Amino acid sequence: MACNKRRPGSGCSALGGYSRQLAVVGGSDACIATHPSDMAVAMRVLDATVEAVKPQGATRTIPIADFHRLPGDTPEIETVLEPGELIASVTLPKPAGGMQHYRKVRDRASYAFALVSVAAIIQPDGSGRVALGGVAPKPWRREDAEAEFSRGAKAVMAKLLAGAKPTEENKFKVPLAERALAAVLAEPRG
Amino acid sequence: MKFDTPATTNPIDQLKIVGQPLDRIDGPLKTTGTAPYAYERHDVAPNAAYGHVMGSAIAKGRIASMDIATAKAAPGVLTVVTAENAGKLGKGEYNTAMLLGGPGIEHYHQAVALVVAETLEQARDAAEMIKVAYAPAKGAYDLAASRDSAKPSGKDDEPADSRVGDFDAAFAAAPVKLDATYTTPDQSHAMMEPHATIAAWEGDKLSLWTSNQMIAWSVGDMAKTLGMPEDKIHLMSPYIGGGFGGKLWIRADVVLAALGARAAKRPVKVALQRPLMFNNTTHRPATIQRLRIGTTKDGTITAIGHDSWSGDLPDGKPETAILQTRLLYAGANRLTRQRLAVLDLPEGNSMRAPGEASGMMALEIAMDEMAEKLGLDPVAFRIRNDTQVDPEKPERSFSQRQLTECLRTGAERFGWSARKAEPKQMRDGRWLVGLGMAAAYRGSPVIKSGARVRLDAKGTVTVETDMTDIGTGSYTIIAQTAAEMMGVPLDKVVVKLGDSAFPVSAGSGGQFGANSATAGVYAACVKLREAVTAKLGLNAADAQFADGQVRSGQRSIALAEAAKGTELVAEDAIEFGELDKKHQLSTFGAHFIEVGVDAATAEVRIRRMLAVCASGRILNPKSARSQVIGAMTMGAGAALMEELAVDTRHGFFVNHDLAGYEVPVHADIPHQEVIFLDETDPLSSPMKAKGVGELGICGVAAAVANAIYNATGVRVRDYPITLDKLLEKMPDVG
Repeated sequence: MACNKRRPGSGCSALGGYSRQLAVVGGSDACIATHPSDMAVAMRVLDATVEAVKPQGATRTIPIADFHRLPGDTPEIETVLEPGELIASVTLPKPAGGMQHYRKVRDRASYAFALVSVAAIIQPDGSGRVALGGVAPKPWRREDAEAEFSRGAKAVMAKLLAGAKPTEENKFKVPLAERALAAVLAEPRG
Repeated sequence: MKFDTPATTNPIDQLKIVGQPLDRIDGPLKTTGTAPYAYERHDVAPNAAYGHVMGSAIAKGRIASMDIATAKAAPGVLTVVTAENAGKLGKGEYNTAMLLGGPGIEHYHQAVALVVAETLEQARDAAEMIKVAYAPAKGAYDLAASRDSAKPSGKDDEPADSRVGDFDAAFAAAPVKLDATYTTPDQSHAMMEPHATIAAWEGDKLSLWTSNQMIAWSVGDMAKTLGMPEDKIHLMSPYIGGGFGGKLWIRADVVLAALGARAAKRPVKVALQRPLMFNNTTHRPATIQRLRIGTTKDGTITAIGHDSWSGDLPDGKPETAILQTRLLYAGANRLTRQRLAVLDLPEGNSMRAPGEASGMMALEIAMDEMAEKLGLDPVAFRIRNDTQVDPEKPERSFSQRQLTECLRTGAERFGWSARKAEPKQMRDGRWLVGLGMAAAYRGSPVIKSGARVRLDAKGTVTVETDMTDIGTGSYTIIAQTAAEMMGVPLDKVVVKLGDSAFPVSAGSGGQFGANSATAGVYAACVKLREAVTAKLGLNAADAQFADGQVRSGQRSIALAEAAKGTELVAEDAIEFGELDKKHQLSTFGAHFIEVGVDAATAEVRIRRMLAVCASGRILNPKSARSQVIGAMTMGAGAALMEELAVDTRHGFFVNHDLAGYEVPVHADIPHQEVIFLDETDPLSSPMKAKGVGELGICGVAAAVANAIYNATGVRVRDYPITLDKLLEKMPDVG
């Protein structure tokens, strides 16, 4: 089957096909694959930095916000790493305080990709940060959405998932993400 | 031995060894990794080359051209087998599509080539170099769209239609009624061990080490496929890593390994790659089912109707989802119909409890819906409509039928009285909690089964039969049968299975294997006992076989004495007469389930499961329990996650790996309990046993669906019940 990730330019058989697991936001006309990891989603909300090393030994530090790419018309390129460049380490900043949550929603109890995952840090004053997994081709976070925390999960998601273009099969991810964040917000903050 | 009168007292009734919860005798081989599975038979077929199967990239059409030259010249490649160079191939009686496609293509991932190379990596790499130009044709891939074209199949074992009384009039007149449509998706067996074979030729003789449930069928179909005599084929399948019906017949691995070995002139091994399993092999077909039930105001069924639609390739078979409705509940006016549409999806065929597993998914939600309309407890509603005779043919009684006892026992043991009839009444923290139940029903067919038994001078009894053990415990129950019959301890019995050199048995399928195959061993042991008493000069009529001795009157002689000098050999088969036609042989049960549904996300998690089974004598409660909890787990998968997603544009199952096709993991199944009711069935066989390995799945998914309804008030009629089908109707969060 055609896949622009595996064979660039071959097309995408998932567009118009089975899309239940696939991206609702951040996709392109070339690709609607989801970023599958949990760890990178948590690292995104923690503002990790990635230290990379090139074959000749040159190193650089990449904020995780800049590390993953959206597919555009080159979905085969998933990160800003150059050919031959390796991740040497990942650094997490000092703890951000508050309560940290990772709520992963999936069809079975373990060993499954997220339909939606919510990585969140909620401060005692109700402010917070949130990144989503399972909805986009990369860990999905928009700092401007976080200004809405005082107005609740619905308001946060309205911004975070603004411009979402879900399919009939995966449109449930939008209310699911909102409900999952609401459940996180309903948990004790202390 | 002909079994045509009800069984009377026989040596099995001693139950010294049969009926005991013994560990499986092949357990140590499996836990130490030393059971010889097909793909690893380096001991018998050294120097095997590796085969890699290439599947068709289109669902229907033909191969316009195929360029294998580059692949053939690739490093390590020994041969490339295609339909063009394989010679004339036939099609097995049990296969619907050709196992090697080309030039015609019948379904997606139908095998079109086998690359044979020195290493697996070389074979796989070379397969990438094969260039195929396809000429696709338009196909039908959507059951709902093809439903109206469906017809009665000419190949049904049972008639497509059944009618009793006047269903239409009775349903129209019924004061309480339900008319609802349910759907079940295509499902995959997804067994751990893929189809795998090593093939080796010696002149015109073919040896096959494979993974197969039905040895004799498969020898016959290999002979037919390759156009060679059956007696030149030696097929061996002593250990099988799961089958669930997917290995009832030969598949592409066997045929291609044989063709590859012939072309490469050395043994060839082929294991179907996991991504091919879902489209290359068979699957349980999707169904659309309409249930109509009408009752009096007090809940007596007066009309019951069940229509089912499924699809398959041309000349394929229907999913017989209506069969249990002909037998499970009373009701004077009845109508069942099954219709088959032509679909160009991969071949649909048997998967654990074909027919009933799908049919009960629909029928038992419908019963729950009716109970609610009537204001009756779902257990009481089922008991009210129990019957002791075949409701379509009242002159036929059930050989044994303890449905009501299963329902009552289950309700008692599960704490069913704690259930609130009204949904959404139970909450445990973030979880909405619900209880659900369903009846379980599965036929218990019997099939002719043969065995040979040997007694040697050490007093060891060796059983040989082509019966298979697909992880079910056949080795152990056969050993128990022979030990009981010959009066020896279990460790004096050797069991050899799954070899076409042995007498033809029932094989493993349709939950007919355990009862039929042990009855075959019983028959052979009866003959061996006669040979022993004759040899020892003892009176056969009163001879007792116990503790390694044969006793008659005042005399007691060691069993081993009978084989001094010459081994004693006896062979027989159990053949079933009319008893299973005059009576209905069936197994019954009840499933009770508690689920939690996350109030925010609608994730469904099973909290506990109970099955009560009435299925004849339980030959080994430990292995029988394993069978039932495995089946319950499969039912949980059917309820909550298993679905082959159809791409109706291209005609294939999209989620063709174990990441995309989810089956339950341990965390999904926190607590299971199984109760076997005391039962012996003298009409089933001399063993008085029946099947149980498929009963355990029948009804589970509906019990889960009913529990979800009880928890949430959301009635989902389309499986699997994933959270997206519940989410809209869940309560507000916070």
